[in-house]
Amino acid sequence: MLWEIDIHLAEGQMDRAAGRVAAAARELGLAKDLHLVAARGYLVQGDGLPREAIDRLSRQLLTDLVVERPVVGRVGEPQLNEMPTAFSGGSQAGDGLAARCVTVLLKPGVMDPVAQSALVAAADLGISATAIRTLRKYWFGGASEGEVEAVSNRLLANDAIEQVILGPLEMDQIDLGSPYRLALKTVPIRQLDDNALVQLSREGQLYLQSAEMQTIRHYFRELGRDPTDIELETIAQTWSEHCSHKTLAGRITYRDEHGERQFNNMLRETIFAATQQIRQRLGSDDWCVSVFVDNAGVVRFDERFHLAFKVETHNHPSALEPYGGANTGIGGVIRDVLGTGLGAKPICNTDVFCFAPPDTPADSLPPGVLHPRRVIRGVVEGVRDYGNRMGIPTVNGAVYFDERYLGNPLVYCGTVGLIPHDKSHKQQPRPNDLIVALGGRTGRDGIHGATFSSAELTSHSEHLSGGAVQIGNAIEEKKVLDVLLTARDRGLYHAVTDCGAGGFSSAVGEMGEKIGAHVQLENAPLKYDGLSYTEIWISEAQERMVLAVAEDRWPELKTLCESEGVEATSIGRFVPTGRLQLDYHGHRVADLDLKLLHDGRPPVVRQATYLPAESKPLVSQDKSDYSDDLLQLLSAPNVASKEWIIRQYDHEVQGGSVVKPLVGATHDGPSDAAVLRPVLESRRGVVIACGMNPRYGDLDTYHMAASAIDEAVRNCVAVGADPLRIAILDNFCWGDCERPETLGSLVRAALACHDVSLAFGTPFISGKDSLNNEFSYTDKTGTRQTIAIPASLLISAMGQVDDVVQCVTMDLKQPGDLLYLVGKTKDEMGGSHYAMIHGLAGGQVPTVDAERARETFAAMHRAIRAGLVRACHDLSEGGLAVAVAEMAFAGGYGARFDLDAVVSSPDAHQPAVRLFSESNTRFVCEVSPDQTAEFERAFVGMPLARIGEVTANNRLVAVANGANCIEASISDLQLAWQKVQR
Amino acid sequence: MTQPRVLILRAPGTNCDEETAHAFSLAGGAPESWHVNRILEQPARLVDFQILCLPGGFSYGDDIAAGRILGNQIRHHLSDSLGDFHAAGKLILGICNGFQVLLKTDLLTQTDSHGPTTTLTLNDCGHFEARWVRLGVDGGNCVFLNGIEELELPVAHAEGKFVARDGETFARLEEAGQLVLRYRPMADRGSQNAGDSKQAKIHASRPQAAIRSPQPLVPYPANPNGAMGDVAGISDATGRVLGLMPHPERFVDPTQHPCWTRRPKQETGDGLRVFQNAVQYFL
Repeated sequence: MLWEIDIHLAEGQMDRAAGRVAAAARELGLAKDLHLVAARGYLVQGDGLPREAIDRLSRQLLTDLVVERPVVGRVGEPQLNEMPTAFSGGSQAGDGLAARCVTVLLKPGVMDPVAQSALVAAADLGISATAIRTLRKYWFGGASEGEVEAVSNRLLANDAIEQVILGPLEMDQIDLGSPYRLALKTVPIRQLDDNALVQLSREGQLYLQSAEMQTIRHYFRELGRDPTDIELETIAQTWSEHCSHKTLAGRITYRDEHGERQFNNMLRETIFAATQQIRQRLGSDDWCVSVFVDNAGVVRFDERFHLAFKVETHNHPSALEPYGGANTGIGGVIRDVLGTGLGAKPICNTDVFCFAPPDTPADSLPPGVLHPRRVIRGVVEGVRDYGNRMGIPTVNGAVYFDERYLGNPLVYCGTVGLIPHDKSHKQQPRPNDLIVALGGRTGRDGIHGATFSSAELTSHSEHLSGGAVQIGNAIEEKKVLDVLLTARDRGLYHAVTDCGAGGFSSAVGEMGEKIGAHVQLENAPLKYDGLSYTEIWISEAQERMVLAVAEDRWPELKTLCESEGVEATSIGRFVPTGRLQLDYHGHRVADLDLKLLHDGRPPVVRQATYLPAESKPLVSQDKSDYSDDLLQLLSAPNVASKEWIIRQYDHEVQGGSVVKPLVGATHDGPSDAAVLRPVLESRRGVVIACGMNPRYGDLDTYHMAASAIDEAVRNCVAVGADPLRIAILDNFCWGDCERPETLGSLVRAALACHDVSLAFGTPFISGKDSLNNEFSYTDKTGTRQTIAIPASLLISAMGQVDDVVQCVTMDLKQPGDLLYLVGKTKDEMGGSHYAMIHGLAGGQVPTVDAERARETFAAMHRAIRAGLVRACHDLSEGGLAVAVAEMAFAGGYGARFDLDAVVSSPDAHQPAVRLFSESNTRFVCEVSPDQTAEFERAFVGMPLARIGEVTANNRLVAVANGANCIEASISDLQLAWQKVQR
Repeated sequence: MTQPRVLILRAPGTNCDEETAHAFSLAGGAPESWHVNRILEQPARLVDFQILCLPGGFSYGDDIAAGRILGNQIRHHLSDSLGDFHAAGKLILGICNGFQVLLKTDLLTQTDSHGPTTTLTLNDCGHFEARWVRLGVDGGNCVFLNGIEELELPVAHAEGKFVARDGETFARLEEAGQLVLRYRPMADRGSQNAGDSKQAKIHASRPQAAIRSPQPLVPYPANPNGAMGDVAGISDATGRVLGLMPHPERFVDPTQHPCWTRRPKQETGDGLRVFQNAVQYFL
């Protein structure tokens, strides 16, 4: 019997869901004046469930009777279709059209955590339902059928995970899947010619290259049999770009203006090599613990703990289903940290997003592309709902806008973990250890995620790869976290790893790499019937970890898990066979040599060329007043306040917050970095910041990468981090690297990473790449179009402070204090935000003088440690003028500064250059008048200028050649900075 | 007397248990964190504790409604033991999600024949928000707020808008002195600065009794969720049960305040006194 419980708002309550849809429909031009009412509801299935039980369920569990009222019936009963009393805006359905009812349901197999909880809670009330589904419902008044359909498909539901039912619901049961009957599939690969292999790779969503398919064919010809489908899938997953990073770790011939260079393993010879040299140089002071070997990089923190840091991307899933993609992106990187060493405790998250501008006209969107506003909202909410529920503070982030992220937005999610010294290294499973699956059940969600991420997105991806999209269940992961850390401390397992891309296939394959594994697939707990043995193996269902557990610890682990309601199941054993053997109900469905999986892939050989961009001078306008330029820069989307996002994230949970993302007198100034105390009994702090400049990459990816490192490090230094204890991560998001010039621009960035990391003594400890970030579609004229993202290198930085009480924030603190500019200003307007708002091309991109930067960071840190700095802010987008303006309105005081005092290169004499150039390694500092001498002494031999002072008059004034070239009230500046919110 | 024992009751999705335990430790208590399943198995163990705290988080994901599932568990399986606990003169504190849970039991306000009389529902802004607020204390007999006049604390929630079913219910709670914590206007920009505290005092002065009403008087974002009567926390009639949306455990150290770098040095955070009051009650 199938019941429906609809939950309407009580009279007088604000219908926010309806309001949001109406506003979005207006924004997208779908309907100007939409009248609708929204409700949520549940389908409840159970044999012989009486109406009384459903009434009780609705009143005692599902409805908040103070603000809501339930409507109950069997599916199809008329009261369920009657629209609730009033339409939003108060007016009734106009035009004599009847109200149209629309129901949105999750597609079968999509995760529905609320329904799962409701099922358990119903049992607690003594009501034994067999299945529950959530639903959303809308009634439209006065809208045409076409309008209702358009709004439903574009706004109410995402086809990747949801279905829309127009009109009354007609169903008599919830689809629960039917039992799977074994049908062993083999793929006749031995007979295929090269072309047919390529076709198989594409149509089977394996996304392997021709040479790789040929290697597989050769392997099975030698064996004298064809592979099963599960064997082929296992190979495709293990060899995927996502899991093996074969391009950047592969052979590359690179050519640029300096000639040709051969790499056998590009990453190892650039970024890793720099880290290794730094560690050698440090000798016994080496504070790196585990780099580039584990899920996350690990460095020393204090006498008891190390810190683990990892940043991942979840770009393609977020393009298709922004909420679910971002949700599972953060869930995935948290598991990465949980699966580092023997398990680290997550202490904070960082999120960086790249979107197309929110004002992109709706009618200019290529087919298959979601509007940027919808992507932004979905991503922000997806990260919010997972991170907040996990109880991990989101302390740092950034958002970049560029038209080229239209079809392929970027979502970077990072997590820092705290791990005891003796748990910090990855361990091997031992022979006969049980393979234990911990956490969520396996479902049909996330099939082919690993291989799908290796393909470019197209206008059909939504239909082809809908299964790759998942919705997370943060509470399941929180439960896993709770038991895992307890089990770790009790020594209940030998090894752990997360189930990420590739599911069990990846996790078990990696853990068993050096031994061998034997799995009984039918033992894996399933969400519902009907999964084939292959689906069980490659499903990327979320919230699962895999452990290697000794037989004699298994009972204790099982008891622990049961006591907290976490499912733990033994699905096989690690055995010293060197083979991966998979059974399903006694049938051997796979038997592969692990050597083939981990060493058998033919090396990828790629060409890379770098062509320097044509250099042309950028001519800045000379004028007498730049106040409007400053206002325009402050409201440019990349510079403007991100408060509307930041406030949706809990940045203080766990209780260690020291420097928040928003600081200053009214808690709304932009902090350079976040600081927190992960150990509440200690004063030692962790500093998190990032740097990224996709616009510089259009001119030169070498200087882009160098600038991003400088920015990430100087953000940390600005709040008080010790520059000798900053670790950094790289995340390369690039276009299709089969194009030599695209790969060339990446190699060039990696060379800069090597050079600057080494010169700064700032080691890279982990990294990740995501290639093929392109979107293809056929335009109205029938021409194939491709949008490639700009070169997007995110540098994430993790610093440390001995005592958090030494930290400094960027807000001005006291009228009469003096303002200093640290660092040299050059005519580096190329790729700047000033150039962007004026549409100016060319110019010199900001460069890094690495030796000078190292000295400057050290001096800055000495000054901060000595307590000589009352406020400090780094100079980045918008240069000096934006930095001082932000310091002023954050502090609630005015400031006056003189451009003639600025230390600059000879070419940088124009006021526009001094105000807005984005030269690296610069800070503005506020210093108390009685400490100026000591402060100046800290910077002897370095570019330093006393440029002005803090004023009590609430005005920002910049002077050039004795005349004011900027004059504005700080409230106007703040208003400009805050006006684009949302 | 020995250190009072504090039971920090956690459920799947609870996530403020560690810092709440830390706050009780700093205040001199002896906290222990227990999974709700242990108490459901052995409700009698409650007698070993003097203070029960339901910390913040998303118990059971806040699925269905914030605090609903844990609230139902307490209602159906622990109401007798918790009734005894309360009757024995002990203390119960619910912070954020813990407050949401308490409101779904009968420990703070009573359910009548028409159902529950109060709730915490979705913020007016429609989503989760984290920000700092100023709170005026009208403590009455509330043990936890003894001697406190004003607090600055962070809130971080999506469903924190206090709503009473009708004006009558609101007035009854008001008359009983149960509406113990209310949002206050934030200080002006200038008055946040050191040496400017006079202005802050003027703004901090209590709203007068005559202008109290169920309508919120304090505008967003100082009242961060649109709560009726600007209510941020309520106590039961005995003053021994307190539920509040703001997080006192997030301000026990001076460096947790968003303006600590621009204010005179403080020894402790405002929130610590809430925990000290609870611990002191048993000493």
